[in-house]
Amino acid sequence: MLRLGTSGLRSRPTRAVLSALGIAIGIAAMIAVVGISSSSQARLNAQLEQLGTNLLTVQAGESLMGQEPELPPDALGKVRRVEGIATATSTATLQESVYRSSLSDPDATGGITTLVADQNLLGVVSGQVGSGVWLNSATETFPAVVLGSVAAERLGVVAPGTQIWLGGTGFTVVGILDPVPLAPELDAAALIGTEIAIDLFDFTGSPTTIYERSADEAVETVRDLLPPTIAPEAPHEVTVSRPSDALAARTAANDAFTGLLLGLGSIALLVGGIGVANTMIISVLERRREIGLRRSLGATRRHILVQFLTEALLLSALGGVFGSALGTAATGIMAGINGWPFALPPVAVVVAVTATLLIGAIAGLYPAVRAARTPPTAALSS
Amino acid sequence: MRSTTTPTLPAHSALNPLIMLDDVHRAYGQPPVLAVAGVTLRIMPGELVAIVGPSGSGKSTLLNLIGTLDRPTAGIARIDGLDVDDLPDRTLSALRAYRIGFVFQQFHLADGVTALDNVADGLLYAGVPRAERRRQAAVALDRVGLGGRLGHRSNQLSGGERQRVAIARAVVGDPPLLLADEPTGNLDTASGTSIVELLHELNTQGTTVVVITHDTELAGRLPRQIALRDGRVTRDSTGSGTAGALAGSSRAET
Repeated sequence: MLRLGTSGLRSRPTRAVLSALGIAIGIAAMIAVVGISSSSQARLNAQLEQLGTNLLTVQAGESLMGQEPELPPDALGKVRRVEGIATATSTATLQESVYRSSLSDPDATGGITTLVADQNLLGVVSGQVGSGVWLNSATETFPAVVLGSVAAERLGVVAPGTQIWLGGTGFTVVGILDPVPLAPELDAAALIGTEIAIDLFDFTGSPTTIYERSADEAVETVRDLLPPTIAPEAPHEVTVSRPSDALAARTAANDAFTGLLLGLGSIALLVGGIGVANTMIISVLERRREIGLRRSLGATRRHILVQFLTEALLLSALGGVFGSALGTAATGIMAGINGWPFALPPVAVVVAVTATLLIGAIAGLYPAVRAARTPPTAALSS
Repeated sequence: MRSTTTPTLPAHSALNPLIMLDDVHRAYGQPPVLAVAGVTLRIMPGELVAIVGPSGSGKSTLLNLIGTLDRPTAGIARIDGLDVDDLPDRTLSALRAYRIGFVFQQFHLADGVTALDNVADGLLYAGVPRAERRRQAAVALDRVGLGGRLGHRSNQLSGGERQRVAIARAVVGDPPLLLADEPTGNLDTASGTSIVELLHELNTQGTTVVVITHDTELAGRLPRQIALRDGRVTRDSTGSGTAGALAGSSRAET
C-alpha cells in the first residue's frame, strides 16, 4: 500500500516537494513559536529558581495628603520582627544628583537616583557585583559609590577607581553591579553607605524601599502582615509588591504575542492543506488513464480511493515531518543565540504531525473520491 | 448432440460461450446517442476474433462492455458466465483481475519503471505477494520474447517491445480472455506483424483473444471477423453473427 501510495509522488518529486512545502512552513512556524516561547519560559523558570520568588518589596505608597512618601525610620526594625521573615534590608532615596564630573551640565542628571544602601542589600535581592567590590564597613564611611549597570553606562564608567560627582562631592566608584532582575530600580542607581549619607547629606534613616525574603510558603501571610506592621495607623499607604510576579507578567505579555504567531502558523497550515488538495485534484485529472488502467487490471473503486488518500496523507506527513525538523532547528538556533535552555514539549511535535495527517485526510478525501468515481473506460478514451 | 443450453454442464465449461451479448445497447449523453445499438454475439473459449470497423463504429465501446469496464444501458452482457448488470463493482473488478487481460493502443506503461515491475503490476489487484508477482512477471516476459529485457525501463524500449511488455502484463495472471484495443495502432508494420504473431501464439496456448482494429488487413489474418458499423454488427465471418443468430451453438457443433 505504501509502495503504491508513493508511486505517484516518486514520479513527480518536484511537485510533491512543492506542495508539501506549504504544510512544512505552517508546521515549522508553529513548532518554532511553541519551542521558542517554551524555551524562553524555561529560561525564566530557571532564573526564578535561582533568584527565588520569595522576595517582597515594600514601599511607601501615595498618602491621601499627597505628601512625599516615606516609610517610618523604624520600619526596617519592625519588618525584621514579623514572623516568617528570614532577611530584610532597605534602601533610601536621596535627593542628590549624580554627574560624571563637577563640570557636567547640572541639568543632565541622567535619571540616576542616589540610594543609601544597607550592606546586606545585594544578598537579599540576589545581586552580583560585575567588577570591583560591594560596600563594606570601611568604604561605608568614605565617599565611595557602587553603580548599577545602567547608571555606570550612562555615566560612562567602565572600571572601578573612577571619580564621579555626587551631591557636590567627589565619590570614588568602588564597584559596578550586574543587572539585578528582581530589583531593576537598582540598575539606574548610585549606591552609597549609611554613614557617609548621614555625614554629608543629613540622612534621617527613613527607608524608601524595604526588601525582605521569607520562606516560600510564608510569602502570602507576610505580604498581608507587612502594611499594618509598618504603619498601623495607615496600612493602605504601604505598597507591597512581588518582583518575581513582574517577571512572570512580562512573559505573559509575550504569550499574547505567541498566540498571534500561532494563529499565523495555523493559517499557513490551512493554506498548505489547500495546496495539497489542489495538487491531488490536478493529479486525479492528469492520471485518468492510470486510474482507468488500474481499474482494468482489477482495482476496485476502494483500491483507487485508498491509493489517492494514502498519497495525500504521505504528502502532508512529508510536510509535517520536514516542518517539525525545521521548527525544531529554528528553536535550537534561537535558544542557542539567546543562551536559553532548549525546551520543546514533545507533545507539540506529536500534535503537529497528527494535525498534518488530519489535514492530509481532509484535503485528500475529495480528490480521492473523484479518483474512485473516474469511469474505468478512461483508459481507453484517448 | 451437445448444446450450450444443456443444464448439466458447469458454468465455465469449454462449451459455454465466454462472451455472450444479447441485444446490447449503450447510449451516451443527453439526448442519448447510441454507441452500441443492439449487438448480439457469442464468443467461445479458445477463439481468436477481430472486431473490425471504422472509427466511430462503436468498437471501443463494445470492448469496454466485453471487458466489464462499462455496463450496457439495455440488453444482457454475460462475461465468463456472469451477468455484468447484476454485479457490484467489487465482483466486476475481481473478474477483471483474474479472468480478463487488457492491451491498449497506448501501452499505458509506467515510465521510469522496469519492464519487470510493469508486468508485475498486472497481478497487483489479484492478491499475489510482491516477490511472487515479480517471479511470474519474469515468466510472462519470457513468454512474449522479452526474457532479456527484464531490467529495462519502459522508456528505453522500442514501441514493439513496449507493446510486448503490455501484453505480458495482460497475460501474467493467465486469464482466459485477452482483450486488445488497436494493439498495432502505434506500431510500424514489422512490429505490428510480430505482435499479431504473438497474439496467435497466445491463442494456440489456450487464451481467447479479441482484437479491436480498424485495420481490415490485420483482421483478415484472424480466423473470425466481426464487422461493426454505427453500433451494429454488419457481418460476422462465421456467417451466423448477425442480430439474433445463435453464433455460439453453431460453433460449438463444429
